[in-house]
Amino acid sequence: MTAYIVRRSVQSLPTLILISMVVFGILALAPGDPLGQLAANPDVPPQVRQLILHQMGLDQPIPIRYVKWAVAFLHGNWGYSFASHVQVNRLILQRLPTDLWVIGSAYLFAVLLAIPIGVLSAVKQYSLLDQIATTLAFIGFSLPTFFTGIVFIIIFSIRLHWFPFIYSVEVHGPVAWAKQAVMPVAVLALFQGAALMRFVRSSMLDNITMDYVRTARAKGLTTWKVIVRHVLRNGLIPVITLLALGVPAIFTGAVVTEQIFRVPGIGSLLIASIENSDTPVVMAITFVYAILVVIFNLIADIFYGNLDPRITYG
Amino acid sequence: MASERSEEIIAALASGRISRREALKRLALLGISAGGITSLLSTAAPRTARAAGRGGSGTVKILYWEAPTIVNPHLAQGTKDFDASRVCLEPLLTVDAAGRFSPVLAANVPSRANGQVAADGRSVVYKLKRGVRWGDGRPFTADDVAFTYQFIANKETGATTYATYDNVATVEALDPLAVKITFKKPTPAWYLPFVGGNGMILPRHALDAYVGSGARNAPFNLKAFGTGPYKVDTFRPGDLVVYSINPYYREPGKPAFDQVQLKGGGDATSAARAVLETAEYDYAWNLQVEWPVLQHLAEGGKGKVITGHGGGVEQIYCNMSDPNRTLDGQRSSVRAPHPFLADARVRQAMGLAIDRMTIARELYGEEGDATVDVLTTPTTYLSPNEKIEYDIDKANRLLDEAGYRRGPDGIRRKGAVAFNVTYQTSVNPLRQKEQEIVKAGWAKIGVGALLKSVDAGVFFSSSPGNNDTYAHFYTDVEMFTSTFGSPFPGTYMGRFYSGDLAKDVPQRENNWSGLDITRWVDKEYNALYEQALVELDPAKNRELWIRMNDRVVSQGVSLPIIDRKQVSAHVTTLDVAENLSPFDAETRNIADWRRTG
Repeated sequence: MTAYIVRRSVQSLPTLILISMVVFGILALAPGDPLGQLAANPDVPPQVRQLILHQMGLDQPIPIRYVKWAVAFLHGNWGYSFASHVQVNRLILQRLPTDLWVIGSAYLFAVLLAIPIGVLSAVKQYSLLDQIATTLAFIGFSLPTFFTGIVFIIIFSIRLHWFPFIYSVEVHGPVAWAKQAVMPVAVLALFQGAALMRFVRSSMLDNITMDYVRTARAKGLTTWKVIVRHVLRNGLIPVITLLALGVPAIFTGAVVTEQIFRVPGIGSLLIASIENSDTPVVMAITFVYAILVVIFNLIADIFYGNLDPRITYG
Repeated sequence: MASERSEEIIAALASGRISRREALKRLALLGISAGGITSLLSTAAPRTARAAGRGGSGTVKILYWEAPTIVNPHLAQGTKDFDASRVCLEPLLTVDAAGRFSPVLAANVPSRANGQVAADGRSVVYKLKRGVRWGDGRPFTADDVAFTYQFIANKETGATTYATYDNVATVEALDPLAVKITFKKPTPAWYLPFVGGNGMILPRHALDAYVGSGARNAPFNLKAFGTGPYKVDTFRPGDLVVYSINPYYREPGKPAFDQVQLKGGGDATSAARAVLETAEYDYAWNLQVEWPVLQHLAEGGKGKVITGHGGGVEQIYCNMSDPNRTLDGQRSSVRAPHPFLADARVRQAMGLAIDRMTIARELYGEEGDATVDVLTTPTTYLSPNEKIEYDIDKANRLLDEAGYRRGPDGIRRKGAVAFNVTYQTSVNPLRQKEQEIVKAGWAKIGVGALLKSVDAGVFFSSSPGNNDTYAHFYTDVEMFTSTFGSPFPGTYMGRFYSGDLAKDVPQRENNWSGLDITRWVDKEYNALYEQALVELDPAKNRELWIRMNDRVVSQGVSLPIIDRKQVSAHVTTLDVAENLSPFDAETRNIADWRRTG
C-alpha cells in the first residue's frame, strides 16, 4: 500500500510541473498587465509605469520568471499579490474559512440529499417519487448557477425580503451568518445535488438487476437489507470517485456563485486576480487546485480498495 | 514619551473609550503629579463635552463594485483605492466641479490676494489648521506634508500620483504650521500638489522607513490611519474595509457613524439593487447602468440616484494617420497621413451626422448631457462658442463641395479609396448601442462603418505587444471617455498636444506611451498649450483653454458626444451632503454623512 502511494505520488510530479508551466505560460502571454487600470490615467508617466513593472519583476523574460516562481513556490513562498502586496498564502487563508463554510455546507447538503433520494428513486423506479425527483434533478443541473442565483435574489431578497443577497464577513450572531448563507448554499446544493442524485440512481440501477441481488433476496433477506447491505455498498463505489473529486472545489471556491452573492471566497479572489493580471495569486490558486485534484484522486483510489475487495494494490 | 502617552489617555477619555477613573489611574501610573493630572483633565473636559455628539448612528455600509486592494492613495491602482483611502486620509484642499477650493487640512485657501501664491508663479505657501492630530494621537505638522512629497517624488516608490508632483522642486516646512511648495517652472497650477484625490497627506512616522522600493511592503498600506474622521480597523484586500472612528478627529460632534464598512466586488446593476431596491447597503458607487434600468430600480422609493458634474467626456477620436499602411514597422505612423480623415471637412461632416440628442436621451438620461465640447470641467472652462448640431444635409453639402462623390454602393470615395471606417471601442452594452446610432448617421452621409469592440481589459491596457489598445489606435476612429483628473486641464488637454513628436505621439519607439493618440500635429494648438502652461493670469489662462477646446472641436479631431456625470446612489435615510466632485473621492466629506430618520 505504501509503495503504491509513493509510486502514484512520483508519477504525478511531471503532471504537476507541466500544469504549472502551462498555466504560467498562458498567464504571461495573456493580454493586459496589472497596471491596466492606470493606463487611461495620464498621472502615471511611462517611466514610472516601467519602474513599477520592474519592481514586480515583469520586465524579465517569461522562462526566468517561471523558474523564479517555481523555486520560491518550492520554498513555501507563494509570492506577493501585485495589487495589495499581501502575501498570497495570507490572502488565500483569509478567504478559506468562508469557502469551507458556504461551499462546504452546500456540498454536505448536496450529498445528504442526493444519496437517499437517488437510492429511493432507483428502488422505486418510475414511481411518482422517482418522476418528481428526476424532474427536479433535471431542472437543477440544467439551470446554470448564475441564473438560479438571480432568480433566488429576485424572489427571496427583492420580493419577499427574507435574506440579504450581499454576503459579508462583518455580521454578528449565528442567525445573521446563517441567513446570508442560505441562498448561495441553496444554489450550489441544488446544482451539485442534482447531478449527484442522477449518478447515485443510475449506479444503483446498474446493480439492482445483478445476480447477487437475486441471490440475496432468495436467501430471504428483507428488501431493505438487500438494498442497504448489498446494492448500496456496490453502487456507491463509482460515487466515491465523484465525491472525492468534488472536494478540491470546496477549497478553490465557486467562481460564479461567489460573484453573484459577493461571497469573499477564493473563487471571487481568482476572478478579480485574473481581471487585474495578478499573476502570483492566479498561479497559487490554480496550482493548489491541481495539487488537490491529484491528492483526492489518490484518496479515491485508496477508498476503492476498502469498498471493493476485488481491487488490490500491487 | 510620557507626555505623548498622557495625550493618548486624554484622547481615549475624551472619546469615551475609557472611564474617568481609568484615566486617573493610568495617568498616575505615568508618574504625573496630582496637580498635573488635574490640569490635563481640564484640557480633556471641553473635548469630552464636544465629543458627545460623536458616533451613535451605528454603521454606514458602502458598496463599491470594484474592491479596494490597498489603502495608500499614492500607491492606488484605481478609484476604489483612492476612495477607500480618503475615508481616513485628507488633502490640504478639496475642490468641486466648478473648480472652487475649500480648505481641509489647510487653514485657508492660498491666493495671490492673500500673498500665499507667489506673483511669479514659482511657489505657494499653505497655512495649516491648528491642533490636528493623526489617528494615533501624534500631532500633524508641516513636516508630514514635506514627507508626503519625498515619498511620492522618490522614483523607486513607484507612486501612481507621481505626475501631479512632477513640477514640484521642493516642499519645505517653514514652521510646524506653514509649508512652502516651490515649483521647477513658474506655473498657474499651484493647486495641483496636495489638493483633491491625488493630494492626501501621509504620516511621516508611519512611513518614514518605507520610502523607495520598500513602499509596497509598509503595514500602513493595509491599516491606514490619517487625520480624517475614521481609521482602518480591519482590511481584507479585494473584499472589505472596516473603519472605526478616529478618536483624535478635530471636528466636534463628527463623524456621526461608529463604523464604516466599505464592501467591494460584484457588478454595478446588483449594487444599484442593493441600495435602491432592498436598502441592504446605504451607498453605492459609480452606477454605470443604463438609465432606464436605474430609473426602474429607483421607483421603489427606498433610495435616491445622485449625479454630479464631471464624469468625463465620451468622445470619438479621429485617426489622422493611416491605420492600414505600415511605415517603419508600425501602422498609424504619424508620417503616414490618413487617406481621407486627414481632411478636416470629412471629420466635421462626420461630427454633424452624430445624433447626440438621441444618444443622450435614450441611453444616458440623467447620467449625461449631449455635448460638442471636449473640455467641460471645471464648468468655468466650458466654451460658450460651440453649439450642438445634427444636420445631415449640411454634412452632405460639406462632402459634396469637397468633391467626394458617392460610389454605386452609396459610399463616398476619394480617388480609389472608399470612405469605410473601422470604429472601435471597449466591450460595453451601452457603447455598442452608441456605435449603432452613430453608424446609422454616418451611413446617411456616405460613410460606412465597421464596428469593432475590444475587451476593456485589453483596450485600456498599456501592453506594447497588443495591437488592440486605444493607444496603438490601429483603426480609423475610436470611442471612449476621457476623464478629468485635476482642475487644471494640463494633462487632459495634453491629449492633443504634439510639441515633441518622439514623446507625445504613441509609437513603437516609446512603447505607445504618448498621449496624442489621434496623431494630430497642429502648430496653433501647440502654441496655445505651451502658453497656457505658463500664463499666470487666471482669466487669460482660462481663455487659452477655451480656445484650445474650440480649435480641437472646430477641426473635428475629436467628436465629443456626451458630457458624462458621476452617478451614485444612497438610501433615503442617508444624507451625504455635496459629496460628488470630479477631482476628489466620493467619500471626501464622509465626516458629514448622517442618518435622517
